[in-house]
Formats: sequence, structure tokens, C-alpha cells
Amino acid sequence: MTVLLSIRNLKVAYRRDGVAVQALKGVSLDVEAGERLAIIGESGSGKSTLALAAAGLLARGAEIGGRVDWFLPASAGAKAEDRQPSVLATSHPLLGREIGFVFQDPSSSLDPVMPIGKQIAEVTRTHLGLGWKDACAKAKTLLERVRLPDPSSALHAYPHQLSGGQKQRVAIAAAIAAGPTLLIADEATSALDTIVQAEIVALIRRLVSEDGMTLIFISHDIALAAALADRIAVLRHGELIELGGTDQILNAPRHAYTRALLDAHLGLDANPLLDRQGVSA
Amino acid sequence: MSLLAVSNLTKRYHRGGKPFAAVDEVSFEVGPGETLALAGPSGSGKSTIARLVLRLIEPDAGRIGFEGADFLALSGAALRARRARLQMVFQDPLAAFNPRATVARVLDDPLRIHNIASRAERPRRIAALLERVGLDAGLAARAIHEISGGQRQRVAIARAIATRPSLIVLDEAVSALDVSVRGQILELLLDLQRRERIAYLFISHDLGVIRAVAHRVVILDAGRIAESGDARAVIANPQSPVGKALVEAAPRLTRNRP
Ligand SMILES: Nc1ncnc2c1ncn2[C@@H]1O[C@H](COP(=O)(O)OP(=O)(O)OP(=O)(O)O)[C@@H](O)[C@H]1O
Ligand SMILES: Nc1ncnc2c1ncn2[C@@H]1O[C@H](COP(=O)(O)OP(=O)(O)OP(=O)(O)O)[C@@H](O)[C@H]1O
Ligand SMILES: [Mg+2]
Ligand SMILES: [Mg+2]
Repeated sequence: MTVLLSIRNLKVAYRRDGVAVQALKGVSLDVEAGERLAIIGESGSGKSTLALAAAGLLARGAEIGGRVDWFLPASAGAKAEDRQPSVLATSHPLLGREIGFVFQDPSSSLDPVMPIGKQIAEVTRTHLGLGWKDACAKAKTLLERVRLPDPSSALHAYPHQLSGGQKQRVAIAAAIAAGPTLLIADEATSALDTIVQAEIVALIRRLVSEDGMTLIFISHDIALAAALADRIAVLRHGELIELGGTDQILNAPRHAYTRALLDAHLGLDANPLLDRQGVSA
Repeated sequence: MSLLAVSNLTKRYHRGGKPFAAVDEVSFEVGPGETLALAGPSGSGKSTIARLVLRLIEPDAGRIGFEGADFLALSGAALRARRARLQMVFQDPLAAFNPRATVARVLDDPLRIHNIASRAERPRRIAALLERVGLDAGLAARAIHEISGGQRQRVAIARAIATRPSLIVLDEAVSALDVSVRGQILELLLDLQRRERIAYLFISHDLGVIRAVAHRVVILDAGRIAESGDARAVIANPQSPVGKALVEAAPRLTRNRP
């Protein structure tokens, strides 16, 4: 296995009222080329911070320590120096081209005043050098791939005319448009129904197996993460507390916290909370 | 008697120049202290129904009865007074509030706008609301963008209950929360329901969550009701094609339990 991304002793602190809040406290992790890695952990544990730091997208003012090294294949269009280990934040792969990023907040991914077809076409025009006609045709194909109904008219729709799940799918389409080496999906399917979710999972699996894409999948839905990932990383309070194969994490978690997360999952076989509360209509 | 009675509700939009019904002759009722879940594929009309019920948008046809009044006929002061009884919590509270506003400000607004407490009394009310949703009163001075997603959703619930509503519309309100915070928020909602008999119109794509908290469920498909009934019975044994497909596709956590 070749390493695509190596993270060493990564520390990130945000300033809040003049006080530093330590969001990541020395995380080390290798992401292998072609793997599907899920990151789980409670709210505020640092999942988004880790993803943003890896992509070089942290907000200004965040204090960063440690190293993030990229080992991009030449075919991804990386410059020679990008294949060398780099000091953090000095050289990052190109967003949109080498990394597709689906942000947790869909409004950060989409421009409210531009038709969605144009937004997706922009990505392939900029990064693949397509002309408008080809870029628009490609945008339509991408909308079909993410199962948006009626893609031809959806091309002309503005984000506010779409449902929550439709917006999430547009953001996924834009992120995969240029065929990135790495797709980082931060809660990208949290508003999707199970049918579309299963289709997106199948699409991502295909992109990984056929196009050799690598995936970092952040989700609070452990069942979904388990269905998609080869490995699962568990974050808590800014620390990586457990990392292992999906099977091991599910069936033999080493950490009590991982077990608690698994137990808190509300599956279709869980005891309804209503019963315990004794509420009735 | 029902608290919310929706009948033949219809909302049309245009897509590619052609009109289509995002919500098509939908009828349902919610009783006091009851949780009715709306489920269905993405784009089936759930959020549009939420917006119609909240009168954020107007229907093309149909009726909405709320607390015995013809809700669509209300206007001016009567509408404002009734609105206090009908609150909402959405998926992304960051989008709903000014992120720079403090928690105190977000909770002060409904108390002031609906004349619920005098200026002198409001700080005490705000502290009580925070306590009610399990938050430290010290959080009041923080800006919305400086608290975690789970804390923000508690603030959104505190704001929703500030006006003592009889119905809260929750649109994917727990979808972005991790399992532990989500469990706490759901317990909080059930506790409020038990104590104050609040009814919920609970929109979620997560059938596991619906099964855990809802009494009844309505499954929508392309703007129409595909089936409805007791939440656990419907999810255990869906009858409609779309209900079957949603249950079939739900990711399952298969563990070898000790
Ligand atoms: N721009 C920021 N300014 C100040 N603090 C921040 C900022 N972004 C994140 N934080 C804080 O850093 C910590 C980690 O946040 P992060 O967003 O990485 O968590 P997360 O695991 O993605 O949580 P969630 O599941 O809620 O999305 C939290 O305590 C959060 O409040
Ligand atoms: N302002 C609008 N203009 C045009 N079409 C709209 C508008 N708002 C919603 N729609 C369309 O109406 C349909 C129903 O949308 P709605 O937001 O109610 O779906 P939903 O069931 O909430 O879906 P999701 O689970 O994805 O949030 C969708 O096809 C959507 O594209
Ligand atoms: Mg996050
Ligand atoms: Mg919706």
C-alpha cells in the first residue's frame, strides 16, 4: 500500500476571546491511496478540523503545528515538488482538482446566486479545461450520477429551489466533477433518505474501485460509515483514540468510548425511547 | 380534538417551465402531546409541508386548522399571537441565527417580541430556559458561532419553547448531530413533551430515529401520502413500494454482540 497523505502530530488551536481552544492535540494518521477511511466521533471532537487541516483550508487565525505530507501520483497533475514531503501549509494539493471537498455546511459549498449547472461546469472548465458545451454536458451526467431527478431542468435551478437532500447531492457532484484523487466528504449524506444514501454509497464505491479515488468520509452515522469504510478512525476531544479495520472496530473495539458510540446507535432494532419515557398519545 | 388538521394541502412550483406539485392534496392530523413523523425520499415534499404549516409560504389549495382556528385566514395581531404557539427547529441552527448574536440575544428575542416577560425579568427567564435544556447559564454571553453543534441545537430548542408552544415543527433537527448528542436531544424533546404536552411534527430521513420517538408516521412520495400509521408498525412492515424501499435501504449495524 502506498501512503497518499501522512499526518504527524497535528495540532490545531482556535482563538476564542483571546483564549486558545485546542481542537486537535497531536493526531498522527496515514491515509493510504485507494482506501476508504471513515472518521467518527462526537460533536466537537475535531473531525472537521482534521479534514480542513489536511486540505489546507483552515480558517485564518487557527494555530497549526505538526506535519501534513502529501504523496500525490504524477498523473494527478501534481508538480514535482508536491511529491516530496512538505512542511505543513507550504504546499497543498489543488482544491477541486486533486481534492474534492464536500463541506459539512452545504451553504459553504454552493453559491446561492448561480444556477447549479453552471457551478458544476465551472469546476470542469477550470480544472479539466473543457469548453462550455462539454462542461455543461458533463454537469448533466454528474447530476444523473448523483441521482438528481430531471437533471436537464435541474441544471438551471438555483440552490434555494432545491430540497436539502438535492443540495447535498449537487455539492457531491461538484466535488467529484474533476475526478479528484481524494474525496473528503464531511457529513455529506446527513440529509439524504436511505434510498439515495445507498445510491451515493454505491457511487462512491465505484469511484474508489474503478477510478482509484481515495475517500475520507466523516459521518455521525456509524452504520453508514461501517457500510462504506475499510478503516474507521475514532476521534475524541481532539485525540485519535482508536484506528482499525471496520470489522475490528465494530466487533472488538478496544476503547470503551468506541463501544459507547456503537451502543448509542439507534437502529431499526433499538428499543424505542418512547417506551422508556412512558409517553402515549 | 386535533391540534393541527391539514386537509388537501397543495403547493405547486415550476421546474423547467412546467408546473409540478411539490405537495399534492396532503391531509393529516396531529393531536395534543403527539409526535407525528414525516418521512419520505429526498424531494418528496417534507420541508415544503413544514414551511406551509409555519406559513412561511402560502399554499395553492387546502386548509390548515390549528388550535381550532382557520390558520390560513389569520392575519395581523391574531396571526402573531397564534404564531407564538407554533415554533420550529431546523437542521442547521447556524443558518437560522445570526452567528455573531449571543445566546442571550437569541433567547431574548421571542420573549420580547411576544411580550412574554418584562425587560427586568428576561435575564432570569433566559437562565431558566438554558437550564431547562440542560445548558449552563454561563453560556448566555457566548456568541452562537462559539458553541458546539449540539449546544446550538439545544439553544434552538430553548428558543422554540420560550413562547410555550403547543406544536413544534422539527425539520431534520437532529440529523447533523452525533449519536450521543442526538440521544440527549431526543430525550430532552420527549421530556418536554411529557411535562408540557407539546406536540411535534417531526421530519427526518432516519427511520431508526422515527421509530424511537414518533407515535405515528406519514410516508410521502412525490408530494403525496404513500402510507401512514403507527410508527413502529409501519417501519416493521411497510405496505407501500416507497416505504418498503426506504426500510430496505436503511444501513444496518451488524455486530457480533457478546
Ligand atoms: N472557527 C472556529 N473558531 C473557534 N473554535 C472553533 C472553530 N471551528 C471549530 N472550533 C472548535 O474546535 C473544536 C472542534 O471542532 P470541529 O468542528 O472540528 O468538530 P467536529 O468533530 O467536526 O464536530 P461536529 O460533529 O459538531 O461537526 C470544537 O470545540 C469547536 O467549537
Ligand atoms: N422554491 C422552490 N422553487 C422550485 N421548486 C422547489 C422550491 N422549493 C422546493 N422545490 C421542489 O419541491 C420538491 C419538494 O421539496 P422539499 O424541500 O419539500 O423536499 P424534502 O422532502 O424536504 O426533501 P429533502 O429530504 O431532500 O430535504 C423538490 O423537488 C424541490 O426541488
Ligand atoms: Mg464537523
Ligand atoms: Mg427537506
